[in-house]
Parts: sequence; C-alpha cells; structure tokens
Amino acid sequence: MPDSVLSLVILLPLLGSALIGLTGFMMPGFRKQEKLIGTIGTFAVAIPFFIYLSVYLNFSHTGAVDFTIIDWMVAGNLDIKFSYRIDELSLLMGMIVTGVGSLIHMYSIGYMHGDRSFYKYFAYLNLFIFAMSNLIVGDNIVVLFLGWEGVGVCSYLLIGFWYEDMSKAMAAQKAFIANRIGDFAMLVAMFIIFAELGTEVTGLTFQEILAHNFSESQTFWITLLVFIAATGKSAQIPLYVWLPDAMAGPTPVSALIHAATMVTSGIYLIVRLGGLFLMSPTVSMIIVVVAAATALLAALMAIAQNDIKGVLAYSTVSQLGFMFMALGAGAYTTAIFHVMTHAFFKACLFLGSGSVIHAMEHTHAVKDPQDIRTMGGLSKYMPHTSRTFWISTLAISGIPLFSGFFSKDEILASLFFTEAGFGVYQVVWFVAVITAFLTAFYMTRVTYLTFNGKERFDAHHHPPHESPALMTIPLYALATLAIVGGLVGIPYVVGHGQYHQLNKWLTEAHVVHVDEGTTGHEGHDHSSHEGHDHSSHEGHDHADHGEHHDEGHGAHYAHGDHGGGLIVTKHSIHENATPTKEWILMLLSTVIAILSVMMARNLYRKHDLAGDEKVKGIFGGLYPVMQNKFYVDELYDKVIINPFVWAGKHIVLAFDQKVVDGLVNGSATFVKNTGEMFRKLQTGVVQNYVWITSVGVLIIMTYLIFG
Amino acid sequence: MEPTAFSYLVVSILMFAIGTMGVLTRRNGIVVFMCVELMLNAVNLSLVTFSKMHDSPDGAMMVFFVMCVAAAEAVVGLAIVIALFRNKQNIEINNFNIFKW
Repeated sequence: MPDSVLSLVILLPLLGSALIGLTGFMMPGFRKQEKLIGTIGTFAVAIPFFIYLSVYLNFSHTGAVDFTIIDWMVAGNLDIKFSYRIDELSLLMGMIVTGVGSLIHMYSIGYMHGDRSFYKYFAYLNLFIFAMSNLIVGDNIVVLFLGWEGVGVCSYLLIGFWYEDMSKAMAAQKAFIANRIGDFAMLVAMFIIFAELGTEVTGLTFQEILAHNFSESQTFWITLLVFIAATGKSAQIPLYVWLPDAMAGPTPVSALIHAATMVTSGIYLIVRLGGLFLMSPTVSMIIVVVAAATALLAALMAIAQNDIKGVLAYSTVSQLGFMFMALGAGAYTTAIFHVMTHAFFKACLFLGSGSVIHAMEHTHAVKDPQDIRTMGGLSKYMPHTSRTFWISTLAISGIPLFSGFFSKDEILASLFFTEAGFGVYQVVWFVAVITAFLTAFYMTRVTYLTFNGKERFDAHHHPPHESPALMTIPLYALATLAIVGGLVGIPYVVGHGQYHQLNKWLTEAHVVHVDEGTTGHEGHDHSSHEGHDHSSHEGHDHADHGEHHDEGHGAHYAHGDHGGGLIVTKHSIHENATPTKEWILMLLSTVIAILSVMMARNLYRKHDLAGDEKVKGIFGGLYPVMQNKFYVDELYDKVIINPFVWAGKHIVLAFDQKVVDGLVNGSATFVKNTGEMFRKLQTGVVQNYVWITSVGVLIIMTYLIFG
Repeated sequence: MEPTAFSYLVVSILMFAIGTMGVLTRRNGIVVFMCVELMLNAVNLSLVTFSKMHDSPDGAMMVFFVMCVAAAEAVVGLAIVIALFRNKQNIEINNFNIFKW
C-alpha cells in the first residue's frame, strides 16, 4: 500500500477538521448543513478505519508498515521526522480509535442536532482523532508527545464546548491544568532520554529508546515520570480529579475521549515503553499500588453518585485502575485487552446515557435530566437504549462470556500469579476482587434505577421517546462488540493459549522485525516456536527480576536479540499457574460478578430508591465521605490551589505591579525629570545663548593654546 | 614709550573685550549692535596690524571683506530691530523670550 494512502490515516482527520472548521467559520450558511458536516466528519474517521483494516488483512505479507510524512526538527543531533509505524499494537489501537470514533461521530450527528455550533463540534472531534492518531501511530516519542498534547487541547476544547456556562468552562480548565502537570513529567522524561541518546544523531524513535541501555537510576526516573504523565492523562491518583468534572462536555465527547481513547493513551505509552518498565520493578510496584487505590476509591465514590454520567465517570477511573494494575504486573497485552473491551462497553454506556439524558430533557418534567433519582421505568419507552445499556452493564460487571469477563479475569489472574513483590501483588489482587464486586453492584444499581422499576417522574405530558436510528445503530454496534469482543482472548487454560488470538497477535510483534532483515516469512516460523517456549522463559526471567534487576539488559524482555522489539511479550499467566488454580479463579470471578448483580437487582427491585438507605447503612459513616468524593477536591483546593493563588496575588502580582511597573514607570519619570531640568536652559534670551557660546569658545581656546 | 606694533594689538584686544562684555551685558538692542560693530572693528585693527607686521597685503584684503559683511549685517540687524520695536515699543532684549521653555 503506497505511503500516500497510509498517511491518509493521519492526514484525513486533520483535513476534515480544517475543512469543516474553516468553512463553517467563514461561511455562516455552511453551519446549517448538519448532514453534510456530519458526513464529512464521519468519513474523515471511517476511511482511516478501512485503511487500517486493509493493512490488517495484508499483515501476514507485509508485517509492520512504516511511513514518513515530512521532516520536522533536523538540528544538531536531533533528526526528528513525522514518521509513523503501523505495527500490531498501533494497528489494534488505531482500529479501536477510528472504529469506535466513527460510530461516535455518527451518533453525534443525532445528538448535537440543533446546536448552533454544530460545525465547531465536528471540527474539534476530527482534530481530536488526528491528535490521537499521532499519539498511537507515531514512531518516535516526539510525535507521540505532539499527539499527547493535542488530545489534551481537544479535550479542553470539547469539555468547555458550551463555554458560556462558567462551570463548564472551569471544568475544561481543570482538565487542562491537571493534564498539563502530567505533561511536565512527560517532558522531563523526554529530556532524560534525549540527554542519554542525544550524544549522537537520534530520531528519538521507540526502537532506539528500547534498544538503549539506560542506567538503573535513569530507568527508574524515566518510568516514574512517564507513569506520572500517565496518571494525568489516564486519570489515576493524584491527577484523576478532572475526569468527573469533564462530564460537563457533550456526552459523545465523554464517550470518545474519556472512555475509549484519550484516557487510554497513558496505558498505550507504558505498553509502548514496556521494555523500560520491565526493568523497573520498583516503579511497577508503585504503579500497581496506586492503581489499586484509585480503582477502589473510584468504585466507592461511584456507589454514592446520583448523576448517571457521574457514575460512569468514576467507573472509568476505576476501570483504568484495573488496566494500570495489569501494567504493574507486567501483563501488557492484558492491559491492552481491557482497553479494547472497556472501549466497547464504556462507549456504549456513555452513548446510552446520552440517549437517556436527551429523553429526560424532552419530558420537561425533571429538574436535572441526569439525576437517576428522577428516572425509572425507562425501558418501556426506550427499548433499544435499555437493551444495549443492560448488555454493557453485564459486560463491565464481568458476567461470563461477555467481553469484560475475559479481560478482567485475565487481569486478576496476572495479579494473583505474580511472584515478585513480597505479596503486595496478592494484596492488590484482593483489592481488585473487591473492586470488581463493587463495580458490578454500582453498575447494576444505576442501570436498574434508570430503566426498571417504577417511574419517578411525570411521564404523561411529554413522554420520553427512543432516540433516532442514527443514535441507536451505534449503540447496537457497540453492544454487539461488548458481547463478542472478549472472544479474541480465550484464557490460556483452554487449549494452552492457542485460542488467545489477541495475545498471539500482539506478541508476534517483536519477532517480525523489519529492520533486522528478517523477512516476514521467517518471522512467522519464529513466532510459533517462541510462543511455545515463552511461558517457561518468561517465568524464569520474572523470578530473576525479584532478585537482580540491575543488568539493564535488552535480553530481559526481547527474545534476546531483536534490537528492541516494539511489543513486550509478557504472558499474564506465569510458570506457577496451574490450570486448576486458574479455573478456580475464574469461578471466583464469575460467582462474585453474578452475586453482585443479583444482590443489586434484588435490593433495588424490592425497595426501589430506598435501597440506597440499605447501602448507606452498610457503609455507615463512610457513606457521606463517599458521596462527597472523599473531599479530594476540597483537599486539593486547600493544600495546593489556595496557596498558589495566595502566592500569585501577593508575591507575583505585587512583584509585577511594584517592581516591573516601577521600573518601567520609573525610567519614564527619570527621563521626564531630567528633561525638565535641562529645559530651563532655554530662556529664550539671545544674550544667554551668547554667554554660553563664548564660555565654550574660551574653553576650547584654552585647550588649544595650552593643551 | 614709542608705540610699537604690539601696542596696536593690545588696543585691539581691549576693544574686543569691551565689545564682548557689551554684547553679553547690555540690555538695549541698539547698544548690543554697537558693541558687535566694536568687536568687528577690533578685529579689523588686528588684521591690519598683522598685515603690517608680516609685510603682506593679505590681512588688509581681509579687512575689506570684513567691513563689507559688517555693513550688510548692520543693515539686516537694524531692520530686525525696527521690526521688533514695532512689536513691543521698546528694545529691551530680555523681553524677547518667545523661545523660552
């Protein structure tokens, strides 16, 4: 496939954005053409999806494909180009982003109907896809960072889309600032990398980074800083606070950015740099502990939420915590698996909630169309939304054979069987199990209270109605994926992992290494061979890890010597995993999921909204804390934000007003005073002038005669 | 004491000095002009003296030029003085200070 077609994957969304944005800006007549704008926007994302698809279908012939668009920074030892590489990981991510993205574009045509800034919305959304594509397909860390920043900007633009409402604008600002803090950490990590690699000409490509032997402290710092950056983007403690506020944006934005794509970029980055993370068990442990705390905390907050989007927001934070737990355990392919399944069911949930919110607004009967306490019984009016929402709820709860079950179970298993870490990983496993229970509970709660039970609002005057096909088709598409999406990851116990298509796909990556001169053909043979040895090999390495992690060898993660394979292969199931234990774990997950769903359903079926009282009873004094989100925002306000504002006002502002302005005004005053002093010389009387002239002549003459 | 060439120079210097002081201190415009003429005459005298001292006609020739310029200048200057008088009815130079700051 020629490079020009491949580069469309990056350029088409940008072109779509520019076309819609500029035309809409300059021609007011264009802004009403919703169908046209929507079509351009959707195709700008759908065509890249089909390009990815054809790359996928040809993958066994071509292996990973790279293409370069243009040089970027060529100066000194930097040789950075806009270069991209579609390998297994970026192909998968790309298909998720453009696939789910085009469904959401389609949904938005219906959702944003009538909005006066319709064209701006699609321009921003396309711009976001452009930035995200740069992030995932970029071959070097600078292009990734361009995308990284770009998605942050687009997130800001889209959250604050209805910026006339001050609270929405503030939410956008909060998101951007929290992101920015993470970006700073990312920059420092990039600087460390460049300081190491920049002694020679470097393009800062991932291949170079992964092939280089960083020192132990460098590895530690780079991975730690990258993780901090990821906490900003992917909403973990301490930088998750923007995500719940981000629900101020239009619901499809929440679906796309804050469920399926942007928030997964932190996870993508860590998987991309997996080789470094494998060599840093300290940071991996930090990751897993922080992730567990985040997941549990967010789940607790979600139980006490009454805003339908709020529950989903905290649920996202919690599920991201799961993905990071997998990363901390070294199970990179598992994390990507959960990214994929989460994209499907979470996007479906968000789009479904958008459908519900539209319907509730239409009734003109409730004060807050997003409050579940004034919903109930909506399945009668909105069968499609109800069905798909329930399917996605079952998926996220981990009910067997839905997609969430497979990915979540794999994460739990990878935590349980990790050997290093003095039992920390097993404690985290336990926390994760509890969180999974809570997840199923609060999701069932919110779904039941929304769609089932009796109606808690006046449905007679303007009954709620189902959304148009443009909105329900994506719902069904995503729900279908939420059902079958897990089947690419059949667990290892079934047939020794040969049915785990996803893992096979991702782990073949570093074997087909185009630069090394291995042909695709050779690579293939290699992979089946390696796949076999893999578990024993990795198990051994992993045990080593606990004791001596100081070699900084490439050999630890690549199958030895492929010069920095792009995907790290780490099976989530290690040597000590026996089939019996695995089946027991799977049974445990199933039981917990089903138990939780049944408990929630029965509780709320019996007591309706009053079921919340029972929940409050169980948590007792903790419940108000949960409802107030553990006062984290207030804590940040008091400890961080207020001091900064105080310092800003009293130190920086004072400095600016007194010193800087003082200098500027002072120099003007000085000139003025000097001028006033000297102008008194001009008396206007000629005689005085003659006086001065003659004195001057005298002086010169004296000098000439005597000097 | 016999008057030598030097004495003429002394006279010239004295005349010049008196003229300068006059220009710098007198308040009446016409008197200032007279002092300017006095300075010019002093210079003429010194030029003639030097011409005699060095036996060369150069100095004397310059005197002619100086006198011509002095005459023209007197004409113009007095015309200005008359115009000023028409304005203020006196020639007190301290009064003409429009260019004051």
